[in-house]
Amino acid sequence: MNVAVKLFAVARQRIGSSTIEVELPAGATVAKLRSALAEQFPPLADILPHTRIAVSNEYVTDTTTITTTTEIALIPPVSGG
Amino acid sequence: MISLTQEPIDPSAVLAQVASHDAGAVVLFLGTTREFTQGRRTASLDYECYPQMAEQKLAELEAETRRRWPLTGCSIIHRLGHLELGEASIAIAVSSPHRAAAFAAGQWLIDTIKEVVPIWKCENWADGTTEWVHPGMES
Repeated sequence: MNVAVKLFAVARQRIGSSTIEVELPAGATVAKLRSALAEQFPPLADILPHTRIAVSNEYVTDTTTITTTTEIALIPPVSGG
Repeated sequence: MISLTQEPIDPSAVLAQVASHDAGAVVLFLGTTREFTQGRRTASLDYECYPQMAEQKLAELEAETRRRWPLTGCSIIHRLGHLELGEASIAIAVSSPHRAAAFAAGQWLIDTIKEVVPIWKCENWADGTTEWVHPGMES
């Protein structure tokens, strides 16, 4: 399955786009998403270990299952305030 | 209440939102654009956010703050887009019957916002370079 992933800040800057499409096996977890992102988008590889992943506006753990209907975003360390 | 805005923040409007005859204390926090960070000079800042999630997280933090402390008012506004030196990027106003709760709630809110709300700052350094700020990550 292909899922869309939203990018912000340094992740968006490195890829040059605010959304990317990632190829994943059906039923993939967030951990699989991380490894697929690192393989398919090498400029993200070194920031992924520092980056949280949000699904439907909530931070999730690596065991969460991804579906094509959920909105996924990479959340690098935040710096608002 | 919470809001995200592209417009300059008016602190008096934020204070008006938490005004209450039941309040004996009002605490206002402003985060402002600093010129020097570890010796490097900032020319300006740009802020961006993940809009739906940022609004949801701010609303959750307001609700959590109201659960933890007996507040009479709570208002959070975060600026987005381009900011010049000295401008406020965030205003947090809380009111409560007594000052201890207002100080504690305001401190907890700004500390927690800086950890969980998906908003990012880009430093436009005076030397012409730009850099997204990601605490704990070398980029």
